[in-house]
Amino acid sequence: MTGGLFLGLFLVPMLIGIFGAVACALLGNFLILRKQALIGDAISHVVLPGIVVAFLWTGSMQTFSMLVGAAGAALVAVVLIEIVRHAGRVETGAAIGVVFTSLFALGVVLLEQTSIRNIHFDVEHALYGNLESLIWVSGLAPGALFDSNAYHDLPVQLPRLVLVLALVVAFLFLTWRTLVASTFDPVFSRTAGLPVFFVNGLFIVLVAMAAVAAFEAVGAIVTIAMLICPPAAARLMTDNLLRQIAWSVFFAVFAGLFGFWLAGPGVALLVEGAAVSAAGMIATVSGLVLAVAAIAGPRRKGLRS
Amino acid sequence: MMASPLDFLHTAVQVLWSSSGYNTQVVAVGAVLLGWAAGMAGTFLLVRKRSLFSDALSHATLPGVGIAFLVMAALGGSGRFLPGLLAGAALSALLGLWAVLWLTRNTRLSDDAAIGAVLSSFFGFGVVILTIIQSVDIGRQAGIATFLLGSTSGMLFSEAVTLAVLAAMVSLVIIVMRRTLTLVAFDDIYAQTRGIAVARADLVLLLVVLAITVIGLKVVGLILVIALIIIPPVAARFWTDRIAVMAILSGMIGALSGLIGVVLSAAVADLPAGPIIVLSGTGFFIVSFLLAPRRGLVFRSIHMLRKGSWNEEKRGETMAGPDHGQTPSSPGTSGA
Repeated sequence: MTGGLFLGLFLVPMLIGIFGAVACALLGNFLILRKQALIGDAISHVVLPGIVVAFLWTGSMQTFSMLVGAAGAALVAVVLIEIVRHAGRVETGAAIGVVFTSLFALGVVLLEQTSIRNIHFDVEHALYGNLESLIWVSGLAPGALFDSNAYHDLPVQLPRLVLVLALVVAFLFLTWRTLVASTFDPVFSRTAGLPVFFVNGLFIVLVAMAAVAAFEAVGAIVTIAMLICPPAAARLMTDNLLRQIAWSVFFAVFAGLFGFWLAGPGVALLVEGAAVSAAGMIATVSGLVLAVAAIAGPRRKGLRS
Repeated sequence: MMASPLDFLHTAVQVLWSSSGYNTQVVAVGAVLLGWAAGMAGTFLLVRKRSLFSDALSHATLPGVGIAFLVMAALGGSGRFLPGLLAGAALSALLGLWAVLWLTRNTRLSDDAAIGAVLSSFFGFGVVILTIIQSVDIGRQAGIATFLLGSTSGMLFSEAVTLAVLAAMVSLVIIVMRRTLTLVAFDDIYAQTRGIAVARADLVLLLVVLAITVIGLKVVGLILVIALIIIPPVAARFWTDRIAVMAILSGMIGALSGLIGVVLSAAVADLPAGPIIVLSGTGFFIVSFLLAPRRGLVFRSIHMLRKGSWNEEKRGETMAGPDHGQTPSSPGTSGA
C-alpha cells in the first residue's frame, strides 16, 4: 500500500474513530462511577429526533444546525428524565426508558412523515454511522500532507472531534476537584461549597457534545459502546482513578485501531475484497476487551463504588 | 388526527372489517396480545427495578437474527423464515442476558454498566453480521432491516398468526406465574424464607421479557419494543398501589396502545405501527403523570399549595417497590 492510499483511505477514518473513542471513554469513566451509564445510552438514542427536528426547523441538512438540534435533544432528554424521576417519583432506569423511547418514536414518525428520508438520511445510518465513507480524497495525492490546498476536503468530522476531545480534556483539568468529589461523595461536596450543580450540568453537556460529535461519524450504538465499554473494563483493572482513566484511554485506542483494522484489512485476509462495518467492529472489539477484563482483570471483584 | 374516541372506534371498525383487512385483523390481535403481555410482565420488572434489562435484551437480538439469516440461507432456505429468525434472536438475547447477569454477579460492575456494555457490543456485532449479509449478496435481505423498526404492513398471514399465538402463550405464562412474580418482585428476602427460589423466579421473569422482546421485534422493532415493556407499567403505577391492579391496568394500556398503533398505521399512509404504538403509550403516561389522583402532578401541586409544605410531600414512598422490611401482608402482595 502506498503512503497516499494509507493516508486518504485509512488514516483519516481511523483517527476519527480513535478520537471519538477517546473523548467518549474519558467522560464514560465518570458515567460509570456515578452509575449514570444509561444516561449515555439515552443521549445517544435521542440524537435521531434532534436531527430530524433540526431539519424540519431549518429545512436544510446543514451540519451546524444538525449538531445544535442533536445537542438540544440530548439536553431536553436529560431534563425530561429528571422531571419524570422527581415530579413523578419514577425509578431512574424506568424514567430513562420512558423518555428516550418516546423521543425516539417521535423521531421515527417525523422521519417517515416528512421528506427528510429522501435526502440521504435514514435510521440505520443514525444507528451505526458510516466510518469508512469519511475518506480524504486529496490525501490520496502524493505529498498531500505538505500541501495546504489538500486540506480543504479533509472530512470535517476530524477537526470537530479533535476540538471536542480538547474540550473534554480541558473540562477534566479545570473541574477535576469538584468532579471527583461530587462523583464519590455528592453530599460532602455540596456541603463543602463546591460548584456541584454547575459542574454536573457541564458534564452532561459535554457528554452530549461528545456523543453528538462521535455519533456523526460512528453512529449511536458505537457511541454507547465507547462511553461504557472501555471505562467499564478499566474499572476492573485498578482502584486508582487516574490509572483507571489511563486504562480506559488505552482500551479505547486499542478498540479503535484493532476494530478498524479487523473490519477492513483483517477481513480481507480471510475473504479477498470483503469488508464489514468498521463502527460495528469497533464496538465488538470493545465488548471483547471488557470480557477479557471481566475474566482476568486484577480488580474485577473489589468494592463496587 | 382523530377527532374523538368515537371517531377512532369508527375508523377501527372500518379498517378491521374491510375486505382487505383480514391480515390487519390478525396483526391487531397479535399487537393487542403483545401489548397486554408486555404491560403485565413490565409491571413486575418495574417493581423489581430492572426495567432497562429489556434494553440489553432487545439490542442483543440483532446478531442472532443476522446469523440465523446466514445459516438458513446457507442451508438453501429463504433466510427470511420468521420462526427461524426469532429462534436466532432468542438465542442471542439469551446469551446477552447471561452476559449481563454474569457481569453483575462476578465483577463489581453495576447493572447499568453491564446493560450498556452488553447492548452496545452485541448490537455492534449484529451490525457487523448485517454488513456480511450485504456483502455476500444473498439477495432478498430486505426483511432484516425491518427488525430495527418493525413492520406490520408487509407481514405474511402465517407470520401474524405465529406472533399472535406466541403472545397468547406468554400471557398465559404470566397468569400462571403471577403469585411467585408478585412475591419476588416485592420482597425477595421474605420470598426466600417462604422457600421460593428467588433466582429461579427472577429468571422466569427475565425469560418472559425475553420472549416478549423477540415477539415484538417484527411488530415494533428492537429499539421500541423496550417502550412496550417500560411505559405502560410506569403509567399504571400512578393510579394504584396494588400490584395486581397495576399489572392489569398496565396490560390494558399496552393492549390499547397496540390496537391504536395497528389501526392508525393501516388507515394512514406512511405511519409505521411501531412508533405509533409507543407514542400511544406515551400519551397514556402523560395523562397519568399529570392527572392521576393522589400521585398525579396536578393533584399533588394543589395538595402542596394547600398544605404549604413541600417536605410533607417528599416523604412518600418511591415508585418502585418498598425496601426490605416491608410486611408481606401490605397491599399488593395479597396473593401471598
